[in-house]
Amino acid sequence: MGAEVVVEGLTKSFGKQAIWRDVTLTLPPGEVSVLLGPSGTGKSVFLKSMIGLLKPERGKCVINGVDICSCSERKLYEIRKLFGVLFQDGALFGSMNLYDNVAFPLREHTKRSESEIKRIVLEKMEMVGLLGAESKLPGEISGGMRKRAGLARALVLDPEIILCDEPDSGLDPVRTAYLSQLLIDLNAQIDATILIVTHNINVARTVPDNLGMLFRRELVMFGPREVLLTSDEPAVEQFLNGRRIGPIGMSEEKDTATMAAEEAARAAGHHDGSPEEDVRGVVPQMQPSPGLPVRKGDRRRKDRVMRILHNLPAPAQQGIVESLSDSDRQRYGLQRQPAPVGRPDDTRPLGPGAQRPNHALSQESVANLPRSAWQPPPESSPQAPQPRPGDG
Amino acid sequence: MTSTRTQAGFPGVGMLRETGRLFALGLDVVRGFFQRPFQVREFIQQCWFIASVTIMPTALVAVPFGAVIALQLGSLVTQFGAESFMGAASVLAVIQQAAPLVTALLVAGAGGSAICADIGARTIREEIDAMEVLGVSAVQRLVVPRVLASMLVAVLLNGLVSVVGVLGGYFFNVVLQGGTPGAYLASFNALAQLPDLWISELKALIFGFIAGVVAAYRGLNPPPGPKGVGEAVNQSVVITFLLLFFVNFVLTTIYLTIVPAKGS
Repeated sequence: MGAEVVVEGLTKSFGKQAIWRDVTLTLPPGEVSVLLGPSGTGKSVFLKSMIGLLKPERGKCVINGVDICSCSERKLYEIRKLFGVLFQDGALFGSMNLYDNVAFPLREHTKRSESEIKRIVLEKMEMVGLLGAESKLPGEISGGMRKRAGLARALVLDPEIILCDEPDSGLDPVRTAYLSQLLIDLNAQIDATILIVTHNINVARTVPDNLGMLFRRELVMFGPREVLLTSDEPAVEQFLNGRRIGPIGMSEEKDTATMAAEEAARAAGHHDGSPEEDVRGVVPQMQPSPGLPVRKGDRRRKDRVMRILHNLPAPAQQGIVESLSDSDRQRYGLQRQPAPVGRPDDTRPLGPGAQRPNHALSQESVANLPRSAWQPPPESSPQAPQPRPGDG
Repeated sequence: MTSTRTQAGFPGVGMLRETGRLFALGLDVVRGFFQRPFQVREFIQQCWFIASVTIMPTALVAVPFGAVIALQLGSLVTQFGAESFMGAASVLAVIQQAAPLVTALLVAGAGGSAICADIGARTIREEIDAMEVLGVSAVQRLVVPRVLASMLVAVLLNGLVSVVGVLGGYFFNVVLQGGTPGAYLASFNALAQLPDLWISELKALIFGFIAGVVAAYRGLNPPPGPKGVGEAVNQSVVITFLLLFFVNFVLTTIYLTIVPAKGS
């Protein structure tokens, strides 16, 4: 099972400019999470802080009981072997061909024979569809191929945690879909914890178990995908729908004058080309390819989400209940008919630790969680699995 | 590996911080000399690379260098009537001072700038980050072999410069200034002594280390962007030159105190 990543109160700034403050989230073991955010909100910086390439000013990032931000260099190199990181443009070693690039971690960290290395490398190259391009240099191939080769290199040590920095940038929609499927299949096969940083809405809607968004130098929300996908938070709504109307501007934040001007233009009938339809709402999640094992993370996640269901906002609850299969409903003791749901009066996002009174679900439809075989990982802090709304 | 410039407390604090980090990298590299596994392949490749870019220019610089010393000294020494010491002075000047400096300037200018550009390009292309994330120390994997290579090549080049420089001096003195070949050769050990050769090689070793570490440091911390790499290369060469002349001065002073000149 993948490792759990607990991030607490992480704060990073370059000089006087704060990148983000007090980011607190937990990547549950073996689940797929996506971190959204407009360009320039420090998503990549967040990834780099998680692997110790950048030192945040405050906060902790604990993996297997080791705090990345304060541990010794030797420990850091040890813990990094658990990671597979896909950089934005692949970050391949320009002086080596693709085969040597993918073989690099194996040669550095294992004592495998060359024939064994060859077997593993070719397997991973086939996985990302690069078979036959082993002898090419990174300078000779397209950006998409570089990205896929970078992924193959990240996977070669069978990592417990996979971090992807914009896997979709520079890829066409079809390849992006294949890549997403690949990540989900991987998750089913090796049960790795996956964090994808992106601003691709389609990926965000269909791939993850958990979804978060960075905006205005803080984590707007992080939690089960249904919560963000049904959120009424203006920034989230604007981002998911890709509109200009909303708090996100060209330079991160909009001033009220611009906002009012845009509103006025829209009221006057100016059509700015933004899509009219609202793509919010829970869509079916991507499933592993047929023939692969069931995702264990999915099972654990359902248990976890059902346990905290009564703390979630009503639209999210509805989305979750509707997405359950019949067998799931039986398992959690729910009736076929979804609970009546009213609009919640308070539509602000859930901050960490915030409690929202539940008046959406009737008593009998609240989750009745059976004993689950899943135990919280022993290396995490004792109160780790305590459910908190807004916290994955 | 990324430079974080926090608020400066007083003027010059940035310079002090950079100096401190340079020293820290130097210490890391020294520690890396003794850490296994040693990157033999990378070391040999780098040795070959540095040697290939420095041998020709070094030899070409060494000939006129020896010649200039011979010409300058030649007219001076003739006025004293000490032509018989011509060879001695030439050898002393070439071996003790000229050879290590010429070597170091070329290792820094040709080898160091190449190292800095190479590592700098890798840094801005996130290759160094990727390497660190794969659990491989960039200092251990890339910097240590390069520094060791530049040290070894500096020592070897030093020998080359000594020989070529002395030959150049001989040629100009004997052929062009009409000196006596026998006197030139016979006076070789009149002033020069064996420790001069040792200090010469030691200097070359230290200069090679400085050139390698400074180049790697600037390469690992370039200003942002491709232009930044160009600036980093430029700075690395300038910083190395300044450091070299300063260190040379210190080493020479210490050496002259410890080992008295011959005949005094």
